[in-house]
Amino acid sequence: MSAETQHPFTTVIGLEVHVQLQTKTKLFCGCITTFGSPPNTQVCPTCLGLPGSLPVMNRRAFDLSLRAALALNCKIALFTKWDRKNYFYPDLPKGYQISQFDLPFSYEGHLEVCDPKGAFEPRTVRITRVHLEEDAGKSMHDETAGTADSRIDLNRTGTPLCEIVTEPDLRSAEEARAWLNELKLLLVYLGVSDCNMQEGSLRVDANVNLHIPQEDGRLAKTPIVEIKNMNSFRSVERALVYETERQWGEWQATKAEIGSMPKQTRGWDDSAGVTRGQRHKEESSDYRYFPEPDLVPVTVTEEQVTTIRSSMGEPPAVLRKTLADRWKIPANDAGVLVNQGPELVRYFEDLATRVGEGKVASNWMQQDVLRTLNERGGNITDFPVRPEAVADIIARVQKGDFDTSRGREIFASVVEKGASVAEVVAGMGIAAVDDSDLRALCEELIAENPKIVADVKGGKEQAAGGLIGQAKRKNPNVNPGKVRALAIELIRALP
Amino acid sequence: MTLTNRSAAELASALQKGETSAVECATAFLDRIEATNSTVNAFLTVDRDGALATAEAVDASRASGKPLGPLAGLPVAVKDVLCTTDQPTTCASKMLKGYQPPYDADVVQRLRAAGTVILGKTNMDEFAMGGSNENSAYGLVRNPWDLERAPGGSSGGSAAAVAADMAPLAIGSDTGGSIRQPAGLCGITGLKPTYGRVSRRGLVAFSSSLDQIGPMARSAKECAMLLQAIAGHDPGDSTSLNIPVPDYSADLEKPLQGLRIGRVAAHFSEGLDPEVAEHVETTFATYEAAGATIHDVELPHATYGVPTYYLIAPSEASSNLARYDGAHYGHRWDGTPSDEKGITDFDSPLVEMYCRSRAEGFGPEVKRRIMLGTYSLSSGYYDAYYAKALRVRRLIRQDFNKAFENVDVIGGPVSATPAFKLGEKTDDPVAMYLVDLYTVGTNLAGIGGISFPCGFTKGSLPVGFQLQGPALSEPLLLQATHQYQQATDWHLKRTAALSS
Ligand SMILES: [Zn+2]
Repeated sequence: MSAETQHPFTTVIGLEVHVQLQTKTKLFCGCITTFGSPPNTQVCPTCLGLPGSLPVMNRRAFDLSLRAALALNCKIALFTKWDRKNYFYPDLPKGYQISQFDLPFSYEGHLEVCDPKGAFEPRTVRITRVHLEEDAGKSMHDETAGTADSRIDLNRTGTPLCEIVTEPDLRSAEEARAWLNELKLLLVYLGVSDCNMQEGSLRVDANVNLHIPQEDGRLAKTPIVEIKNMNSFRSVERALVYETERQWGEWQATKAEIGSMPKQTRGWDDSAGVTRGQRHKEESSDYRYFPEPDLVPVTVTEEQVTTIRSSMGEPPAVLRKTLADRWKIPANDAGVLVNQGPELVRYFEDLATRVGEGKVASNWMQQDVLRTLNERGGNITDFPVRPEAVADIIARVQKGDFDTSRGREIFASVVEKGASVAEVVAGMGIAAVDDSDLRALCEELIAENPKIVADVKGGKEQAAGGLIGQAKRKNPNVNPGKVRALAIELIRALP
Repeated sequence: MTLTNRSAAELASALQKGETSAVECATAFLDRIEATNSTVNAFLTVDRDGALATAEAVDASRASGKPLGPLAGLPVAVKDVLCTTDQPTTCASKMLKGYQPPYDADVVQRLRAAGTVILGKTNMDEFAMGGSNENSAYGLVRNPWDLERAPGGSSGGSAAAVAADMAPLAIGSDTGGSIRQPAGLCGITGLKPTYGRVSRRGLVAFSSSLDQIGPMARSAKECAMLLQAIAGHDPGDSTSLNIPVPDYSADLEKPLQGLRIGRVAAHFSEGLDPEVAEHVETTFATYEAAGATIHDVELPHATYGVPTYYLIAPSEASSNLARYDGAHYGHRWDGTPSDEKGITDFDSPLVEMYCRSRAEGFGPEVKRRIMLGTYSLSSGYYDAYYAKALRVRRLIRQDFNKAFENVDVIGGPVSATPAFKLGEKTDDPVAMYLVDLYTVGTNLAGIGGISFPCGFTKGSLPVGFQLQGPALSEPLLLQATHQYQQATDWHLKRTAALSS
């Protein structure tokens, strides 16, 4: 149980998520959107906002955002338009952002989140709206005192952004983090965004306040605070926990309720672990929205919706179930695999197909592949051991060349050395022990261990286990099962 | 007869027959500009070297027998609101002093492809805001018919250039009458095409939903030639119409038998100069004599045209001009403390840079319109002003649609008066806004309109007549004007004010 739920109030959280769409080119011009290029190298008159330049909508970006909205169970507006959001800032070269104001292309959706560990009840979070807009550029401020020198990189200007706004349906910081994970997973599965928070392709703002039941039956509500500048899901969770406690303290001190002050914006300071109030002037803006006259309204047909819907594939929530059914693996296994993203699921299915047994493949995924991946960091697509190699190791174990623990050593060695399974096996001197060698070894052991032989002959077959360790010391390549079986057979055959 | 006295159509024919060369032609006009521009101030930039180089290339192509378009070698003046890579584009504003665009406007690309010789960039009201060409940061333009009078605006430089024989053809832009009104006051022909017919890419935006580029020349025949070169679909302008371009010269010679011309009684109410009224009535009579019929039509919401226009255009302008903030290009405050009275309490050094750059870079009329537009879009005022203006705009469009059920075109005055004295209206913005009375409806409705000379006052000032037609009626507007010009010679009159 998280700390805040012990307090006599309900935490009410709504989220605003900005996601960069995975398009090759920008929303209103042909510039590419690759991250990390030298500043101001991916720009043209349109995204620089030069005099006389005009926007032309990238239909691919629109279709991609439709895909996100459909996966979020939104209603799709068959007629939608663009609006200008006017404000001055150096990273906004036109002096306005092309966005959607009163007629977003989609609205009224929902996305459910469950906690497999049962920390909270399954929660359906309503989506108020999803709309499309262009991103601004990046300002880099020189912090040297007094110089006030700022540099602007407009490579990001005009990158398509999907804004997803939820209703205030989340009830804890933990839930918010879990829901964000589910949203991210969904968008990654759909190919809508890479959701890389470090590169800024996913940004989250949170609105939070407390509902506090009063003795007279009334529900007191604290003023809503918008939290900004959270750069990981972990900071979202920490910021919300902090803000909940802060508001509770504030309530006890002031009894200030919603409506007693304008909505406050607070920035999250990750290193200090606190939220800080932002200057009032930054909060109140009149964006003077009006319809963008340089663009024509967008129409969407039922056919287009159907086409996009049919090409979407399975969302994570559905995939968890189908994966468990298809490979006969426990729901928890399927959940772990799906939560790692589509590439890992592809890896698993490749492995399972080769192995022919879902459960065996899943065990190797959970115990070896995932563990190693987590230790090493990085992406499954760059993981040095490909499914065919894992399948090779499993096949050798199943054939009896060596046991599972030996197989795991080989796996670790393949990861470490970047060599093939065959090379590692040869390098470790592992060669299949042929039957005559195995018989000679067992006969030697029988001769050396009269006590064990007597025990086995007396019916205590488990005593044969004592021979296995010795056998492995004599020849590390022997298969313990085979040693055991042959030794028992030979002892029984003794006069 | 010198080359500069000849019309574009005559020059085109002489060029094709080899009676003159593009270089000879360009030289004649460049010399004329050199002789008269200090008086008229129609040009902000003259590109003698570039023009002659283009002309030489055209002559070489012609000599080698390459097929050339009808406009090849013809000089043209381009309003300084269209982006050109080889000449600055200032919009007659201090804000864009020396600004050099990295790309050509679609229309400029088409002009170059047609082999026209761009002589230079013409003066205008700053950012196309004005009706007298007195709002230029680089000095006012004088009307070639009377140098003490305004040429109209905002395409005053282009109109004066054609009227003063400094260019046979010119490109203007029309947001509320900015081609037609100066054409009328300068005694030339100017067409505002249907919204979307000519690409706006590279046209520095004033009011995006109203702006349209169009041709200006002595006659409808030449406007047709120029429109042919600049009209067409541009995938780079989302509002550009993807509809085939007709042959604008094909119907010019067809007689007007059966043409139904609408006449709006309200056009002849108080405020219309009696001499202008007389010439306009005579023009209706000329049309009737040529086989047209005149019908009364009503445009009930026309009286709201000017207020509607002065909400929509400044609203869009306030947003379109936000990019001139001193941060990326254009004028930037150099940091010198200002003695100017006004706000001194700035939020941050950045905000001070914005405010001072814009205060210095924009002229008073541009500032006035940015203020008007910002106000009308502000929360709390949006519904009462901008949103209401959009509703009235729909009504105005409906008025025209209804009228065009019964008539083919609507005729009437372009301006209530002939060219007014310089300085006469500069202290009275509302009086200045009323010069757009007869023209703004065309832009609000997104339809076509043409203006051409229909007589002269006793004081020898040209009087203009306007025809408005439904969307894409350019062939009809050009035909109706050409037929009038076959029957009259007003468009052939030349000014004596500049004879050397
Ligand atoms: Zn671009």
